[in-house]
Amino acid sequence: MMIEKMHSFLKPYLTGRQFVISVPFLWLFLLTAAPIFIVLRISLSEMDIASVANLWTWAENTLTLKINLSKYLFILHDELYVKTFISSIGYALENTFFCLILGYPFAYFMARAKTHLRPMLLMLVMLPFWTSFLLRIYAWKTLLEDNGVINNFLIWSGLIHQPIQIMHTQFSLMIGMVYAYLPFMILPLYSNLVKMDTRLLEAAADLGTSPWKTFWLMTVPLSKQGIIAGSMLVFIPTVGEYVIPELLGGPQTLNIGRVLWDEFFSNNDWSMASAVAIVMVLLILLPMAIFNKYQSKSYEGITS
Amino acid sequence: MTNTFGRSWMIAVYLFLYIPIITLVVFSFNGSPLVTVWSEFTLKWYGKLAQDREIIAGVILSLKLAFLSGMLSVLFGTFTAFALVRYRFRGHTLLSSMANMPLVMPDVLVGLSLLLMLVSLQRWLGYPERGLLTILLGHAFLGTAYAAVVVVSRLREMDSKLEEAAMDLGCKPFQVFTLVTFPLIVPALVSAFLLTFTLSFDDVVLSAFLSGPGSTTLPLVIFSRARLGLSPSINAVAAVTIAVVSIAVIVSSIYQSRAEKQRMREIAQAYNDGNQ
Repeated sequence: MMIEKMHSFLKPYLTGRQFVISVPFLWLFLLTAAPIFIVLRISLSEMDIASVANLWTWAENTLTLKINLSKYLFILHDELYVKTFISSIGYALENTFFCLILGYPFAYFMARAKTHLRPMLLMLVMLPFWTSFLLRIYAWKTLLEDNGVINNFLIWSGLIHQPIQIMHTQFSLMIGMVYAYLPFMILPLYSNLVKMDTRLLEAAADLGTSPWKTFWLMTVPLSKQGIIAGSMLVFIPTVGEYVIPELLGGPQTLNIGRVLWDEFFSNNDWSMASAVAIVMVLLILLPMAIFNKYQSKSYEGITS
Repeated sequence: MTNTFGRSWMIAVYLFLYIPIITLVVFSFNGSPLVTVWSEFTLKWYGKLAQDREIIAGVILSLKLAFLSGMLSVLFGTFTAFALVRYRFRGHTLLSSMANMPLVMPDVLVGLSLLLMLVSLQRWLGYPERGLLTILLGHAFLGTAYAAVVVVSRLREMDSKLEEAAMDLGCKPFQVFTLVTFPLIVPALVSAFLLTFTLSFDDVVLSAFLSGPGSTTLPLVIFSRARLGLSPSINAVAAVTIAVVSIAVIVSSIYQSRAEKQRMREIAQAYNDGNQ
């Protein structure tokens, strides 16, 4: 095997343990930390025509640092940019809220379904998740257009006479987002709720607590970890979502993912795109830290 | 009361999840060039699909890419999972946060940052050109994180006594891996491969940033057509994709549940043999 060969070649220098740790470490470091440094560097550089000026130059024994904050100052002072960032956070919050409202009861009932039914129910949630994300978003386009399936159906049934505009509105954007991210909410909630010790809930019922009260005082707090994981899995990627606003949103939909894309692909302004990216990273830093804390908790107690 | 409410809630969510997919498939058999107005049943869009060079080239490229990306992701994902589950070391938190990052990071950020790094690298070394290789790097990076999650959960529920026993019986660490651990985690590796294969086959944003001339993947073709409006050819592609994916998911879930039953039978058998 290739790995064995590689390992025996490295043996004089590395123990097996060091080898197993350093391979993923180097691979991930090269692809996460290094690119972020480069983005930061480019966001602080002057742009020449289609190339980035050096951040520092070394000439005649003096180091010259040229840091250019103009992109950041522009973002902070430009009303449209500020609005875009705020509205992106707003969409992400709304999306998380709707996914939780729809997904929690669903995950709850799925976790309480008969044991032999659960794998099938779970597979039915996973199946759309496995089929192309892009095609599923496109599907909503065919449903929601002025001339789309829903409008045609409503006109045919006589409920309306003129097509109503659903497409390219906040509504179509939100439907697409909830649709795409719902499984990311359901799966962590389900895996949390299915592990819950139902004896606790039975004990509460025996002691005369109403089902409604048991749900709010026991089930919900006990599933806190699932709620946090699901919410982060929905919230963080939606902040920078590009495909859904592009296909289902309107021209008035302000969204950071699209701004970054346009700065990069249409305006060819690499340092502006990088500055937008850095601000986006700052915005999702806190949620990301929460997500990490939750994820790394799952390693505790195994390594010791 | 809870039962009826629960059942109707679940049915409503399933309808929400499936109606768009079903509509997509139904209208792929629609004779009218207006995608959403039904006229008559036809298979002509499938015939046209077979002659659509752009789409066929996209499918071939995407399949190649997804296969390679799945392989690389499983390889690096397994390394990551082992380092995280089996060892305690300085930098454990850093490694786990680096491995979690691609799970949630918006695609545009990953795409932009990888592209800018590759461009700098290219200025410096004259290599790599943007194309299949650069997209593969991006997909394998994303896939590593997902593969790691799948393998981590398998490693955690695995009984480490089996490995300890092999060690006591004189196996070298590498032999323990190939003879004991590897056969036990094969099902997890298969599901990690399928997952990362799909992720790569599906990705638009990373590919858009990292592709070069002549490396237009299937999602890039679909995306550029979908942006212009509705097109029956996309419905036909969708129907084919959905059919393939559904068959694959059903077959693999049958395989998984059979493997599980087989394992249970073997355990019971071994237990009975031991008692005699």
